[in-house]
Amino acid sequence: MQILLGSLLNGLIYGMLLFMLASGLTLIFSMMGVLNFAHASIYMLGAYFAYDVSRYISFWAGLIIAPLACGLIGAAIEVWGLRRCHRSGHAAELLFTFGLVFIIQRLVMMVWGTLPVPYQVPGSLNFTLFALYGQNFPAYRGFMLLVSAGMLLTTWLVLKKTRIGLIIQAALTHPNMVAALGHDVPLVFTIVFAGGCALAGLAGVIGGNYFTTDSGMADALGPIVFVVVVFGGLGSLVGCFIASITMGLVQTFAVTANGSISSLFAPLGFDLGGDTLLGEILTLPIARIGPLLPYILMILILFFRPRGLMGTRDA
Amino acid sequence: MLKRALRAAGLAAACGVAFWGQPSRAGDDTIKIGYIDPFSGPNAAGGDAILKQLQFIVDYIDNKGGPLGKKFELVTFDDKQQPAEALIALKSITDQHIPFVMSCVGSNIGAALINAVNKHNERNPDNRVLLLNCGQLATELTNEQCSFWHFRFPGNVAMRAVGRIKSLPKTVKTVYLLNQDYLFGQSIEHDTKKYLAEYRPDIKIAADEFIPLMQVKDFTPYIAKIKASGAQSLLTSNYGPDLNLLIKAGVDSGLNIRYDTYLGHTIGAVRAIDGYGDGRLTSVMEDHENIPVEEHNAEAEEFFKKWRATHDFMFFYVPGLTQFEMMTRAINTAGSTDAVKVALALEGMHQKDLFGADNIMRKEDHQLLMPYYEAVLTKNVKYDVEKTGLGWKTEYKTTVADETLPTTCKMKRPAS
Repeated sequence: MQILLGSLLNGLIYGMLLFMLASGLTLIFSMMGVLNFAHASIYMLGAYFAYDVSRYISFWAGLIIAPLACGLIGAAIEVWGLRRCHRSGHAAELLFTFGLVFIIQRLVMMVWGTLPVPYQVPGSLNFTLFALYGQNFPAYRGFMLLVSAGMLLTTWLVLKKTRIGLIIQAALTHPNMVAALGHDVPLVFTIVFAGGCALAGLAGVIGGNYFTTDSGMADALGPIVFVVVVFGGLGSLVGCFIASITMGLVQTFAVTANGSISSLFAPLGFDLGGDTLLGEILTLPIARIGPLLPYILMILILFFRPRGLMGTRDA
Repeated sequence: MLKRALRAAGLAAACGVAFWGQPSRAGDDTIKIGYIDPFSGPNAAGGDAILKQLQFIVDYIDNKGGPLGKKFELVTFDDKQQPAEALIALKSITDQHIPFVMSCVGSNIGAALINAVNKHNERNPDNRVLLLNCGQLATELTNEQCSFWHFRFPGNVAMRAVGRIKSLPKTVKTVYLLNQDYLFGQSIEHDTKKYLAEYRPDIKIAADEFIPLMQVKDFTPYIAKIKASGAQSLLTSNYGPDLNLLIKAGVDSGLNIRYDTYLGHTIGAVRAIDGYGDGRLTSVMEDHENIPVEEHNAEAEEFFKKWRATHDFMFFYVPGLTQFEMMTRAINTAGSTDAVKVALALEGMHQKDLFGADNIMRKEDHQLLMPYYEAVLTKNVKYDVEKTGLGWKTEYKTTVADETLPTTCKMKRPAS
């Protein structure tokens, strides 16, 4: 029971962090049709900015400044990079963001070095919130949950309850009509892109000191964010939310699962073991193939429902 | 349009010419060693720590007098702890006619390199290289995968497992095995279970867990499992971020357990566990900075003091010093850097290490045999680690005889 509750909480927190990253990416993908490979790199930049700001001013200042900086960088990328590539088609935009990944990584290594930087949890949050069945629950995790929930609420409010949110939603499905009505659609695109990057930056501020901040963190988190976006479906924030929580829970519970895939079928009388390659894979304990499970889920959803869980738009 | 294209091409060509590196020529006034390790990626701190120690060792040896009157020179290559990148680095090293290849991190890299060096030496008898293993510990590398061209200087997994198991206190009755899911971690799991069965059949293994290498950032679910198992000792061979983050999660959760590690003396672990490690963190190592105090060895104490003056982590790499002293003698005996001559000189060589113990490079499998120390992190020692106020204190020591374990190596020796 204690493991169940603990894993539930941890899975939820990891899922919320994934949601912060994936929501920005899904908005950008849905609206502009461009897959921003550099999204995880902006996350990394957010973490490094927060590290620098927290060294000279404070963590709380970093919480404001780093996402703003990432948003500005996102706006710059959109205005001076993506808009030009847009004329040449989707492939050009893809390649541009792909190239950005390498450039940003090398810049980070040049400026901050190749070693991980000691970006710490702030002292004011470094205590135990409560003990769950004898295991301490750090306050910083509660803070992460709070920030990501707040961010989710804010995004939902902005999109559903404000005028600019209305325009963004409309531009998602009918950009030409929105332009005909006199709204500045390119500006809307820039705002969305910058907003997505700011969300990624915020995720970096929160996650960078909880996980480690090093030059490989974009490569570590990048693939799983794409899995979340594909699984949740394009154009749907709710789908993205469900997918992130699912992936977070799957990866966390996989660690504590004590069986293997073949043991699931054993009560039915099938013996899936054996000396074959497939047999070996099926008898591995789930904990060892945990990191694989999100990708397996992604393949399954592409098989059975290619537009994702709640996708509203074809890729 | 054309003018722009021409300008771009011209600029690219100019850059290419400006940054084209001249290949180094062998026979200059240095003896080059191609050193492949991760200098970026999740384990960059590990590669960096070893590089600093190697540079310290090379300076020390060069001041005493390098081989054939020349100095050693380390030529570094970043492999990001990926075998594919290491093989690219090896190609670069052989292209530059560098006679020695050295690599310390990642037994999977070691296995790939042994394979590649075997093939290269067979196909290029005029440009042979020797592979110096400075930290890839899986026992298989000097058993099934042993090679005439491969020499291992730190003790292998089996040797460390002997020290690890024999030094576990009699009060420990349950252990939790946690290792990384690749060649090294699997080798550790295999040998740990083997020697547990042989020396401590009274110990029960609560669980046998593998984690993916350098990928897990949040160890809390694992800590929950460990706590639920009720094990008294966490027996782990994790290193780098896999160990430091594991310890951090354990300390954050308030898990009350012994951390009986294999590599807890390498960089970062002591700082991660800090005060909580007092009496709880143990490791099996070739050296620590309080051994000269315990054994009254003034020369060794001076060596470590010189290191401490300019570095803020422990010098954990004494086999590296033994390695370079042996390489110097072997190159001098061989009179050149020819791979076969140096290898024949290295085989069977005896060398006194920093503490005066007689190390032997066994001819059958090219494994250096040396004693091991098991130590606990505690207060009230003369030299602390990573500025935590806690340092290592020896609890158990094995002898070279203890560490002379059987090998299954069937080495193919070259014709010439």
